[in-house]
Amino acid sequence: MSKAESTETTGDGVIQSVSGPVVSARDLDARMNDVVYVGDEGLMGEVIEIEGNITTVQVYEETSGVGPGEPVETTGEPLSVDLGPGVLDAIYDGVQRPLDVLEEKMESPYLDRGVDAPGIDLEKEWEFEPTVEVGDEVGRGDVVGIVEETITIDHKVMVPPDALEEDETTEVVAIEAGSFNVTETVAELENGETVSMHQEWPVREPRPSNEKKTPRTPLVSGQRILDGLFPIAKGGTAAIPGPFGSGKTVTQHQLAKYADADIIVYVGCGERGNEMTEVIEDFPELEDPANGNPLMARTSLIANTSNMPVAARESCIYTGITIAEFYRDMGYDVALMADSTSRWAEAMREISSRLEEMPGEEGYPAYLAARLAQFYERAGYFENINGTEGSVSAIGAVSPPGGDFSEPVTQNTLRIVKTFWALDADLAERRHFPSINWTESYSLYKNQLDPWFEDEVADDWAEKRQWAVDVLDEETELQEIVQLVGKDALPDDQQLTLEVARYLREAYLQQNAFHPVDTFCPPEKTYLMLTTIETFNDEAFDALEAGVPIEDIISTDSAPQINRIGVQDEYETYVEDLKAEIAEELRSLY
Amino acid sequence: MKEYQTITEISGPLVYAEVDEAIGYDEIVEIETAQGETLRGQVLESSEGVVAIQVFEGTSGIDQNASVRFLGETMKMPVTEDLLGRVLDGSGRPIDDGPEIVPEERQDIVGAAINPYSREYPEEFIQTGVSAIDGMNTLVRGQKLPIFSSSGQPHSDLAMQIARQASVPEEDENEGDDEDGSEFAVIFGAMGITAEEANEFMADFERTGALERSVVFMNLADDPAVERTVTPRMVLTTAEYLAFEKDYHVLVILTDMTNYCEALREIGAAREEVPGRRGYPGYMYTDLAQLYERAGRIEGREGSVTQIPILTMPGDDDTHPIPDLTGYITEGQIYVDPDLNSQGLQPPINVLPSLSRLMDDGIGEGLTREDHADVKDQMFAAYAEGEDLRDLVNIVGREALSELDNKYLDFADAFETEFIDQGFDTDRDIEETLEIGWDLLSMLPTDALNRIDEEFIERHYREDDSEREIIEAAD
Repeated sequence: MSKAESTETTGDGVIQSVSGPVVSARDLDARMNDVVYVGDEGLMGEVIEIEGNITTVQVYEETSGVGPGEPVETTGEPLSVDLGPGVLDAIYDGVQRPLDVLEEKMESPYLDRGVDAPGIDLEKEWEFEPTVEVGDEVGRGDVVGIVEETITIDHKVMVPPDALEEDETTEVVAIEAGSFNVTETVAELENGETVSMHQEWPVREPRPSNEKKTPRTPLVSGQRILDGLFPIAKGGTAAIPGPFGSGKTVTQHQLAKYADADIIVYVGCGERGNEMTEVIEDFPELEDPANGNPLMARTSLIANTSNMPVAARESCIYTGITIAEFYRDMGYDVALMADSTSRWAEAMREISSRLEEMPGEEGYPAYLAARLAQFYERAGYFENINGTEGSVSAIGAVSPPGGDFSEPVTQNTLRIVKTFWALDADLAERRHFPSINWTESYSLYKNQLDPWFEDEVADDWAEKRQWAVDVLDEETELQEIVQLVGKDALPDDQQLTLEVARYLREAYLQQNAFHPVDTFCPPEKTYLMLTTIETFNDEAFDALEAGVPIEDIISTDSAPQINRIGVQDEYETYVEDLKAEIAEELRSLY
Repeated sequence: MKEYQTITEISGPLVYAEVDEAIGYDEIVEIETAQGETLRGQVLESSEGVVAIQVFEGTSGIDQNASVRFLGETMKMPVTEDLLGRVLDGSGRPIDDGPEIVPEERQDIVGAAINPYSREYPEEFIQTGVSAIDGMNTLVRGQKLPIFSSSGQPHSDLAMQIARQASVPEEDENEGDDEDGSEFAVIFGAMGITAEEANEFMADFERTGALERSVVFMNLADDPAVERTVTPRMVLTTAEYLAFEKDYHVLVILTDMTNYCEALREIGAAREEVPGRRGYPGYMYTDLAQLYERAGRIEGREGSVTQIPILTMPGDDDTHPIPDLTGYITEGQIYVDPDLNSQGLQPPINVLPSLSRLMDDGIGEGLTREDHADVKDQMFAAYAEGEDLRDLVNIVGREALSELDNKYLDFADAFETEFIDQGFDTDRDIEETLEIGWDLLSMLPTDALNRIDEEFIERHYREDDSEREIIEAAD
């Protein structure tokens, strides 16, 4: 059920027992996953188990004070989200209640109980501009008009997927431009269906599509180590596991700020309140790198912090991905960040243990792997039912206990996702950020994305990346020897390799998210930085061969300037000059 | 209010009783034993006909004839500004022989979640006077920053030092009128600490006169374990009241969270719940979050709640569920290190694994100093480098290392002795902390300072030793 319409509820259920977020009721005539209202205060919940006459409900709000004998009413409909203009530039809790509206209604900074609000403003009027005319044939999912939802995004008003059968078309019999609120009819179809801007969709059911395609464009993030070494595709999936303090959230924030998706859905699932507040305060002020508009204009936030009810934490991931799919249907590239999927899994575990289900590994329910797979499978590059193409990229942070990647959530996630950004506590400890471990991480999209980088950035993109990876691999091996005998015991050429690798680590892999320029690095700059380090590499090895002592080679004045490329706004000329300087200085030594 | 004499089962801290009316989840219960003693408890599970009650004081003395009264309300904390200066037990009853407390309000101790939309992002620097915190892992108002320690470490001394010295600099000088509206208050919640430790805290509070601006909640090691599960909620309810209704900047110190978690486990085991990692309940993350997330600032309110929970890591292992779950909720952590402690460093803070997540927005121009972030980054990198080299030196000796590597080693040593080891009674302002930082960084050549803006290097780098005021003076 959606909160936009007041559905008839049928009563009769009576609470039998209450244990935290799990409530059992008897004599309730409800189906699995139906939304119910629990107790005298009407707390929102969802049916999760039916056994004989007893229905078990997970409640999305705090249950203290609720007792046996209080009524339970069912709405007869599954948990759904309200979709339509107004979803962007909004901030929701886990069941899509807008937090700003809740603040107003509750007249308190604290989240009270039993207060409900529709996911989108039902009164607000939008300027509707038709894109079809009376007499045009339309099928399900087809766009009938456009509404300017935010300064960045045109919201496409579509025929709901359930208004027609697959392959069926019908004629538009009435459509007009004008000012409408989301529930008013903007188009009438011959088969009697009407189209309004408002749709609702059950969160646990994927929206239909024609076909899933192989993604071939990268989701450019402006983060060197991601774009350069471990790229993710538009429509791809990625996991960011890491112990606490390793920078999961900063990485997610960076992606939300700079990824070149049209729409961002950011799901704060069981994380810190202050972090969500940072997003709420920052995003309206930050500029979208693509067009200079406020970032919020392309963003929808879902904030279910760790102290908010656990059942709503379980549902917030579904709320997020359903919103993402809705914009995908309009032909947009959507990126969904979920921080953190471990909290979601733990919410499942908590509910499962209250149901006294037989636990699987580490107390997680046996269906953990299936649920994770279902979620990530809703990402992808799709041909939509209206023929347009759109994508949902899903990037999930994972918080493994004790930073141990062998735990069930990390392992089950890795079996599904194709990009793995492993965060490393050691790197974080020495303030190497982003602390993504370059030997453990991988991207299976590399090969299918290389053609794009070669067309758009440089035709030797893949080659250069391989060079960098080789140098870093060699360094890892050499470091083991250095740990035993010290650096000076190595032959000169190996010492030089270490020096080159050091520039790769310090200049290329490290990136300062808090520096106004360095925080976003376009792929061109990423590439130029790599070629500068390669220039140093080539010139230095030439010098070494010509007999220049290693001490002189590594103590030039120009090479350390490589570390300053990141903060240069006008990087093209800087890089060009620097390359020339490095060559000149090193050649002058012999 | 009905009275029942229907207890059917007593098991550990739990009592099951039959009832013939609806009893709310979380409701408060009074149990009167045959000896006339009144015990308090809380409804843990409410089914038709039977309720499970968790008894705070422990179940000894209860028999099947004891009478059970349901008070029809959830647990409340009587709050008033007059609590300042008072010492209470773990359930909020005064134990200092002071006058009776007349509450202004009675507030539910299970605080509702703060709407993230109503929060204000914390970015005001709190000066603790401890260089390792102010300089490297800055605390800000509204943050929750735990101290990860282990048994036998001086974490209490550190906590007391912070409680004593914490202040918000500049603001009180520049905007003197801010002072009258928002004062500092310290709320100290002890859970299962020994009487001796408690005495030390009390002595320190009395010696420094800090007690007048403090509220102390004491649940000692020999007090009932189950009571520990309510103590922090009492503490935080009082903190929220003082912060958001009386405009205080409240610093909450909770010690020791490990004892709290043990109590949770005890209740979970008694209820025969499916255990999570190491026998702790599966909902421990949610439970801890409900405590820690009560730190923060609220838009339009003057005050703030800053939390410093202390926990002793069993076996000094930070992958143990208690520190692990804590670290995922709090905004960073401060590590107290046994090795540094045995070297005699005071406070023995290991800055490398320590972290303050809110630091980046709380420092810099106008807040602390414009070079703060760069200095911090460079010191982290240089100290980490020095630490690495120490391992190597053990194998190859100092002579085998380059000149620069030797400088890093010297830096690491000096960092510990000059920067970290300041003593529990020294209060350094941020200016002094940063100047010591520059003294130390000047031991390295300028081109090794790759994380600092060139402009700052020019301004602060000590070209020759005579400029190094502080170390010179200290010698």
